[in-house]
Amino acid sequence: MIRAENISKTFGDREVLHKVSAVFEPGKTNLIIGKSGSGKTVFLKCLVGLLDINEGEIWYGDTLFSKLDFSAKKEIRKEMGMLFQGSALFDSMTVEENVRFPLDMFTSFSYEEKLERVNFCLERVNIVNSNKLFPAELSGGMKKRVAIARAIVLKPRYLFCDEPNSGLDPKTSIVIDELIKEITDELNMTTIVNTHDMNSVMEIGENIIFIEEGEKCWEGGKNEILKSDCTILNDFVFANALAKQLKQSAGT
Amino acid sequence: MLKFLSSFGRYWLLLAKVFSKPEKHEVYYKQTTKELISLGLRSIGITIIISFFMGAVITLQTAYNTENPIYPTYLIGLGCRDSILLEFSSTIVALILAGKVGSSIASEIGTMKVTEQIDALELMGVNSASYLILPKIIASLVFNPFLTLISIIVGICGGWLAGTATGVISSQDFIYGIQYAFIPYYIVYGLIKTVFFAFIIASVSSFQGYYVEGGSLEVGRASTKAVVYSSVMILLFNVILTQLLLS
Repeated sequence: MIRAENISKTFGDREVLHKVSAVFEPGKTNLIIGKSGSGKTVFLKCLVGLLDINEGEIWYGDTLFSKLDFSAKKEIRKEMGMLFQGSALFDSMTVEENVRFPLDMFTSFSYEEKLERVNFCLERVNIVNSNKLFPAELSGGMKKRVAIARAIVLKPRYLFCDEPNSGLDPKTSIVIDELIKEITDELNMTTIVNTHDMNSVMEIGENIIFIEEGEKCWEGGKNEILKSDCTILNDFVFANALAKQLKQSAGT
Repeated sequence: MLKFLSSFGRYWLLLAKVFSKPEKHEVYYKQTTKELISLGLRSIGITIIISFFMGAVITLQTAYNTENPIYPTYLIGLGCRDSILLEFSSTIVALILAGKVGSSIASEIGTMKVTEQIDALELMGVNSASYLILPKIIASLVFNPFLTLISIIVGICGGWLAGTATGVISSQDFIYGIQYAFIPYYIVYGLIKTVFFAFIIASVSSFQGYYVEGGSLEVGRASTKAVVYSSVMILLFNVILTQLLLS
């Protein structure tokens, strides 16, 4: 379980996050939603320790992560996997080398054992016969799937996804969403997905946090979103005409 | 001034992170081998070309400036040798490498930074500064002295070929000149300078790349800064080391 308590983050004089608190439970797909520039990515990067927080506390289980030093944080980070917005695959490495990298770095497996694990993860995300390709030779959807394979290769306890559907067509987005959900259930991970894709919200949103201008405005499940009377949330979620109709029909 | 001090502080903090204990020696060893090829072996060609023509020009210019009969012709060979040993093979080659290798390092690390690849390394629990920069520094420190030695040999060969081909000096006189009053310490001096310059090129360029923020435009700027700052530092340390080692 990850617990954030009253997180505040400023860049210079600008406060990007203001006393945000949230609890992310294991085995659940937790979603952070909000407009572009609302502070979602900053919140996610604070949670994983890529950005230092100005106020508040971040707990991983019983460990106060936000107060740990660099080397102690490194130990917890070995239990994290992250899917970045742009996939962040290493350009100079092949698909196989990318997925194998965490194993090379943190395990003493033989080459054959590593290869077996790499192939298992790649098959799990439906990437076959692409081991020797470089990231530049992959499509956007394939890059995301390879990045998921790399994120799960060490069987992490925590999975973070920063806008996993950005730049993908709706069908591929659903495939990625389903994959994240299935893997979360299989490995009983604490998964946190940062998104502004409403399809994702309705597909996999078990616990949703809505952030607006750096503050948490709403929290609930995907079914509660349809019935919410939070005006800011409704303006965001039901921004287009089709969604508004859906909301109205749900209300009647 | 404050900005300079801040950058200076960040440079040393980065170096402290770079020289912390590696996560896994085996991975670093492989990475260093890759960098030896990328930064070292792939610089041999440009080093040979520059050194050859540099030696040729030094010989011809020395010849045209010592046409007076009171100067023995073997001085042309001696002048070529000492210029190459003392200055050209270490400093000029280092300045060329600052352009070639420095910009490559800064743009590679800078691109990794803006595409979140460095964040990905950090998130895995890898010390990204050490993993990316230490192999580059080691590869440069190990290989650049060889490049200097290659440069010395090729430069003198270039001088000999230019001198004899144009008839400004005979082969015997040139060979006598390069052997005359030879001080072996000059080679040591050149190699010591090379080691310092290699460290400057790799570390300053990595620093510029590692702290890039923004997009491709900033990566380009970092690449330019890497070349400019490395070159200035090389020239500054050239003066300091010359005073320390030759005085």
